[in-house]
Amino acid sequence: MLRPMKQISRAELFLGFLKIGLLGFGGVGPWARHVIVEERRWLTDKELAEVLGVGQMLPGPNTMNAAVIIGERFQGAPGVAFSLLGMMAMPLVIVTALAAIYDRFASIPEVRVGLIGAAAAGLVLGTALKMIRNIKLAPMAFVVVAWGSLRSPCSAGRWCRS
Amino acid sequence: MTSVLAELARTFAMLSLVSIGGINVLLPEIRRQVVDVHGWMTDAAFAHTFAIASAAPGPNVIVVSLIGWQVAGWAGLLVATLAIMIPSCALLTARVLARWSDSEAVAVLKAALVPLGLGLMLASGVSMMRTVDRDAFTVAISLATAAFVVASRRNPLWALAAGTCVNIVALHMS
Repeated sequence: MLRPMKQISRAELFLGFLKIGLLGFGGVGPWARHVIVEERRWLTDKELAEVLGVGQMLPGPNTMNAAVIIGERFQGAPGVAFSLLGMMAMPLVIVTALAAIYDRFASIPEVRVGLIGAAAAGLVLGTALKMIRNIKLAPMAFVVVAWGSLRSPCSAGRWCRS
Repeated sequence: MTSVLAELARTFAMLSLVSIGGINVLLPEIRRQVVDVHGWMTDAAFAHTFAIASAAPGPNVIVVSLIGWQVAGWAGLLVATLAIMIPSCALLTARVLARWSDSEAVAVLKAALVPLGLGLMLASGVSMMRTVDRDAFTVAISLATAAFVVASRRNPLWALAAGTCVNIVALHMS
């Protein structure tokens, strides 16, 4: 595979990941694709799928792994720092602010029911389907996709329902 | 205080090493460590923490940062976040990997991980739906959002906002 020829500055990395983090309701996967592939064209669908695949298989939070790989690819170690900082900065501020006002915040019915959940789940599903459509997979690969799907992280789902 | 921080660091560093496939897979074990083993939080407080982290944007891993914050303030947040990131940062050795990536073996391996990664993403979408969709109506919202993303190149924020608004209206009418 060819190394990317695109030049992406540290500031661009930081701002791109800032956007991914800030918009990443229900997980950052769909937003990573939207910003990186669709909007800024840093990577193709296939390249992003490779990065996500490698990120999934290595220990550590997979989106962090993906950010590390992408940051490193374009700007080396400083790129990693800018990417991670960009992705984490706003979510950390928001989550601690929410926690600080939790008592008031939790009484809003919209929050308790987790109304954003249904749409966010659709976002993840749709993004996966779109990437599958855009990447020309070998027939055998669909078997692997199916196998990956069955290895569903539903243990988390069970816990959430209990 | 320092001993709590040290325990936070140790606990999440250990967890991060086994966190293959993402934080959601690890949640039951995080709950066991935080609630049962260390007694840092009650079950209810843990559930609240998880709910807050889900309501905020950002990577799922911020639930770990928030646990650190709840247990030991800002120092706890920093320690827990860094500890869970250790393997990712160890990926800096990916520099080495990147140099290999011109070799054919690594190219084949990376290509082989593509369908697996996509399958896992598909699975997490389905798994999220199973967790949050409580009736046929919310399933329809999820599917409609998915269809928008597949069919349109527009910013998915539109679909997210529309789906959430419909959901809010439905909640108030029911």
